[in-house]
Parts: sequence; C-alpha cells; structure tokens
Amino acid sequence: MKSFRLGYLLLPLLCLASIVQAKVIHEERSLYRNILIDEKANVRCMRFVVHNRGGTHNQSCKDLNEPRRLVFDYAQKVMMGLLLKPEPKSILIVGLGGGSLPMVFHELLPNAVITSVEIDPAVTRAAKAYFDYQENDFVRTETADARVFIKRAIIRKQQWDWIILDAFNGDYIPEHLMTMEFFQEVKSVLAPGGLVTANTFSTSRLYDHESTTYQASFKNLLILKSSKGNRVIFAAEQSLIFPIQESYLAQWQQRLQPYDVNIKRLLNDQAVPDWDTQARVLTDQYAPANILKHAQ
Amino acid sequence: MKALVLVAAFTSGFVIMSIEMLGGRIIAPWFGGDIYVWGSIITVFMLSLSLGYLIGGRLTLRENAGLRPFAMIFFSAAVLILPLLFAADQIMAWIFERIIDPRYGSLVASMALFFLPSTVMGMVSPYSVRLLTKSKESSGASAGFLYFVSTLGSALGTLATSFYLVALFEINQIVLGAAFAMAAVAVVTLQLARRWRVA
Repeated sequence: MKSFRLGYLLLPLLCLASIVQAKVIHEERSLYRNILIDEKANVRCMRFVVHNRGGTHNQSCKDLNEPRRLVFDYAQKVMMGLLLKPEPKSILIVGLGGGSLPMVFHELLPNAVITSVEIDPAVTRAAKAYFDYQENDFVRTETADARVFIKRAIIRKQQWDWIILDAFNGDYIPEHLMTMEFFQEVKSVLAPGGLVTANTFSTSRLYDHESTTYQASFKNLLILKSSKGNRVIFAAEQSLIFPIQESYLAQWQQRLQPYDVNIKRLLNDQAVPDWDTQARVLTDQYAPANILKHAQ
Repeated sequence: MKALVLVAAFTSGFVIMSIEMLGGRIIAPWFGGDIYVWGSIITVFMLSLSLGYLIGGRLTLRENAGLRPFAMIFFSAAVLILPLLFAADQIMAWIFERIIDPRYGSLVASMALFFLPSTVMGMVSPYSVRLLTKSKESSGASAGFLYFVSTLGSALGTLATSFYLVALFEINQIVLGAAFAMAAVAVVTLQLARRWRVA
C-alpha cells in the first residue's frame, strides 16, 4: 500500500524528468575522449564525458531556436576581443569544439581567414554533423597538435592577427599548451599589433600558476572575469584598453546583438590581477598543470 | 656484495623508468603528447633494453667479469644520460625540420635521445645475475630475486616521477639526479671493489 502511494507520487515526477532530461543524439569514443552530444530544451551540447567525476564538461552548445546565440559566457567574453582588435584579417583558434566561434567570426568578418586547429578529427566531424560547422575558403580546420602546428607555422613564417586559445575546456589539460615556451611560440606567430585571447581555468591552484605564466609571457594583460568564475584573458605586446566612446560601443553592440553579446555588461567584468604573483611560472621544464588542477 | 648488486639493480630500474616517464615531457613540445609519442618512447626503450640484455649477457662471458666492468656500465649510463640536459632541444629541432610526420619524428627523436642510455642500462640485469649467482642450482632463485628488486625499482621510479617529482622539480633537475644516482653507484662499486680486493 505504502509503495503504491509512493508510485503515485513518483509518476508525475518521472514524466517531468523525461521531458527535461537530455536526449542523447550521438555518442562516440574517440582516440582522445568520449564525445557525447545531447539535446535538452532545444539546446544541443557537445560534452566530453568524464566518468570518474560523475559529470561531463560542456564543450560547446547551440541553441536550436536561436542558432546564432553564443550560449556560453566565456564565448561572449571572447567576442570582446573585437573591440581590441577590430578588423582581424586572420584568426587562429586552438581547439574547435562545436565550431561556434569560427562560424560567428565568419559571419561578422567575411573576408577574414579563420583557421581552427583541432587534434581530434572526431570533434571536427561532430561539429560538422551536429553544429552546422562549415568549412570554405575562409574557414579552415587543421587536424594537428597545436604545439606542433604552431612550431611548423613559425618555420613557414605564418602569422595571425588574433590567436584564441581554447583547448582547455575538458578535464584534462594538454600540459605542453600551458607553458611559457608555448606562449613564446604563440607570440612568434602573432602579427605585429596582434591579440591573444585565452579561455582559462578559474578554480584550483592552477589559477595562480596559469596567471603568472601569462603575466610572465606577455607585456600586457586585460582580464574579464565574472562572478560565475569564468575568466578570459586578453594578452598582447601593445597596451590593451577597451574603447569608451559611446557611439563606437553602440555600433559594436548592434553588430554583436545577434550573438547575445552584451558589451556594457561584459565591460563591467573587467578585473584586476587577483592571483598569487609568487606562484611558480609553468615552463616546459615545470608543467604539472594537471596535478595542480586537482590540488586545492 | 649481494646487497651492493641489489641496490645497483634497484637504482638502475628506478632511473630507467624515471627517464622513460620524462621522455613524454621532453618530446611533447616538439611532437605533441599523442598516443604515438608514447608508442615511440616505449618502443625505443623496449628495443634498447632487449639489446642491452643481449650485450650485457655477452659481457659476463669475459674472463674479467666482476665489479669493475659493472661499475663502468653505471658510469657509462650516467654519461649517456647527460645529453638530455643540454642537447635534447637542438637534436629535436634538427629532427623537426627534417621529418614532418610527428609519428616518425617522435620515433627518431626517441631513438636519438634514449637509445644509448637505455641500452647500457639494459646491460645491468644480466650482469647482476652473473655477480649474484653462486651455483647452477641457485641461479634461477638469484635471477628471480634480482628481477624482483630491479622491477620494483622500475615501478617506484614510474610512480615517484609521475606523481611527485614532476610537481616538485624541473625535468632537468630530475634527469641530473638520475645521472648522479647512476654515477654514485659506479663510485661506490669501485670503492667497495678496492676494499674487497676483487676485480
């Protein structure tokens, strides 16, 4: 009798859960990770599954009702780079995810060449199949380790106006992509006056180490950090200041509106360095990023 | 003498896996951290060890097989580890410019960096068995115990390096420590050989 009553109670709950519960569209074990694509309330996400932590990391999401909307706060922050480097002719993105950034850039800057470096061909395939990522003469994907790709680019004397580092969304950090030597190499493929933008970790002991590594590698940093804990670092050799002229900002707001980028709000996220400046800089010689990430 | 040989074999086992774990780190800035980079490193270490066992075994057949040549193996290993400290990047830059495919790049780099020191360290095991064996009857037991000790050293070298040493020291400091440990075994072996008046 008791269990019967409990059943009555649970039934509507179960129905509700099945509506809200994410629907798995695609699951794949690639050489690098377990990729899961699901849909919930018309938002489709690519996740990298981490079993031992009982969770997944959202890699990239797309709102199927408003496909241009940048779902993630960090992606909106990255767009603020356009105020610092208004008309980049070439953009290099390290880490493709669902490909939302390259698609938005291509729409905004149809003449810019956007190259994404992604190590995992399964991620690129999934971006094309489920997130409408499309390659063309201006949007290209390179399957390679970013460190190796950039070292080759140095030899080819290739340079980019804007370089976006977004390879660390998952649980595992490729440690050779978070060292001072790597950032030096990034700088040598950065065109004069170029901008580097990085989506960074904001928790654990790694926060301090990653921060001092950026500080040691670049002359100027500009930080956007929100209460949610997301942090995006802009780094360059020239000084970095967001423009303040109202009409100019309004003009950009209009251009960025379709992507749900609120310039006024994001400008308020500007933050001053708040890390332990004594934290040891990460180098090729000392790069225990994953150990530091899990240390409290 | 038994204790000396066992300590020496333990040290060699520890050092070889410590260097192998660091190998991934040393190569990553040039060829990435992909599965084939580990494939290259492990292939080269296995190949070198097998060759080391063969050569080490042949060396025990010489008339003067004793502690002095044993010490020389450790001294050679210490010296052959040193290029990792000051020539690794130049060697890998040279390979990087010539080999585009990172699979073969990492294989050639592993060969260039690790082949010689790990071959020499492979010579330690058969030579230790020769030094420990007193009779035909006990040879299996001696060999078994020796492998137990040296492989235990390898297990601890793997764990210590990947869990703790990389979080405390720079790669070069660990490599230098490994070379120093091998050289220390050589020196102690020579001293004891003199005191015991054995070859």
